[in-house]
Amino acid sequence: MSDAPDTREVILEARELTREFNGVKALDRFSFKLHRGEVLGLLGANGAGKTTAMNCLLGLTLPTSGELTAFGLPLQANRIHILQRLNFSSAYTALPGNLLVWQNLLVFARIYGVPNPKQKIAELLELLEISHLDKRVTGQLSAGESTRVNLCKAFLNDPELLMLDEPTASLDPDIADKVRKVVRKVQRERNIGILYTSHNMRDIEEVCDRVIFLHKGKIVCEGTPTDIVKKTSSTLEDVFIKIARDGEIVDEPIKKTTV
Amino acid sequence: MNLRIISALVMRYLFLYARTPMRLVELIFWPLVDLVVWGNVTVFIQKNSTEQFGNFILFFLGAMILWDVLFRAQQGVAISFLEDVWTRNLLNIFVAPVRTSEYLSATFVVGILRILVTVVVVSVVSWVGYSFNIFQLHWWLIPFFLNLMVFGWALGMISTALILRWGQAAESLAWAVPFFIQPFVAVFYRVEDMPAWSQPFAWLFPATPIFEGMREVMKTGTVSWNYLWLAAGLNIIYLGLAGWLFVWVLNLTRKRGLLTKFATQ
Repeated sequence: MSDAPDTREVILEARELTREFNGVKALDRFSFKLHRGEVLGLLGANGAGKTTAMNCLLGLTLPTSGELTAFGLPLQANRIHILQRLNFSSAYTALPGNLLVWQNLLVFARIYGVPNPKQKIAELLELLEISHLDKRVTGQLSAGESTRVNLCKAFLNDPELLMLDEPTASLDPDIADKVRKVVRKVQRERNIGILYTSHNMRDIEEVCDRVIFLHKGKIVCEGTPTDIVKKTSSTLEDVFIKIARDGEIVDEPIKKTTV
Repeated sequence: MNLRIISALVMRYLFLYARTPMRLVELIFWPLVDLVVWGNVTVFIQKNSTEQFGNFILFFLGAMILWDVLFRAQQGVAISFLEDVWTRNLLNIFVAPVRTSEYLSATFVVGILRILVTVVVVSVVSWVGYSFNIFQLHWWLIPFFLNLMVFGWALGMISTALILRWGQAAESLAWAVPFFIQPFVAVFYRVEDMPAWSQPFAWLFPATPIFEGMREVMKTGTVSWNYLWLAAGLNIIYLGLAGWLFVWVLNLTRKRGLLTKFATQ
């Protein structure tokens, strides 16, 4: 991991973010910065605090304490303005299954005020290689097709910040590979900052520039996937398992210091 | 308030209704059942009562149609919200740049559209089946009609807030809330015919002066401004309180972290 400070614009920042549920800290003084054009992986076992972090960052859950800013603006006070500039896709949400694919995308294109929505939708469907699905009923799509339609929705407003919650969950390796490549391609072309959660370490190695490991709401490890693998002499998956079971890793150099 | 966003949300519901004919059946079926039941009651009483009483019982049909206006307006808000829950789309809406006021406005518009469908169908059937021409009712009924719709929106927001607070277990409230108040708002009978203890409660709801006013208009052809102003004043209070309750509960679910659980369950 390079020690040189990242000079790119910070588009998302959490400072000392804490979220308690019935006295239990799901997030404990969680701080990080996401820069423009960077893909940051948020990793951890189930219950580590990833989803809580994502929900706080989307304004769906209010933090108990701490500060959140996006594009330099406080999140809660500028929620609508910020949401216009970001987008979100999750394996755990869906577009209404009883509408056709193009109808769902047109509704969200209008919400985001996309100019020439039909053209934009056609471009995105082509990019994700699902142009043939535009008149299909959304609820009848396979998991891989649904994921790519959800990604179309997430790319509709040309977001500067994208939050992807386990985008390859339940996908077969071939489709997961296609999804990763498309995400990386769009991210590079448009210089998007992405916050990415996944339990698939292949995803993380291929897509993320930097990762944060969470355990019980705290950052326990941070760095580039390559650095972490190099310094622990382990695979990223082994590091994940070690943190999930023991809550820490032995190697001091990559333990969290500052972000 | 952005009309583009409201129109997008309305479009989403129109697509839904066009794609799901069963939802149109629901819009038409229950009003028809009500109409037939009350129509038959009307015919029965007309045949077995004095002529004067027979004219009065036309109030029943008018009351039934107006009650359906309230119910459909309430359903427009509550069911539109539940559609987003059932399709796991709620989270997509809440992370889009949609203001609460825009979301609610879209559900109000859906409520109006639902009412239009219902009123057209009920008007035709009541005319063909029972020679009851709704357009012969006095034009003064329109302000009462509009007031009833606004009260339906308020009840819809209250229902939705309760569902947000207690989750899907409280979904049945989407249908039940209007019927909780029905006995107290003098839909099919006058306030003075109600038990004495319940009469003061009746005047706490905007629907009561609306139904009393409707009977007055049908009976005399003149509008009672007192009823109209009372209904409008109460509606402003109810709409404000219901809007406040919805926003308060929404913020509470955010504070407690319940919104995402509710939206993805």
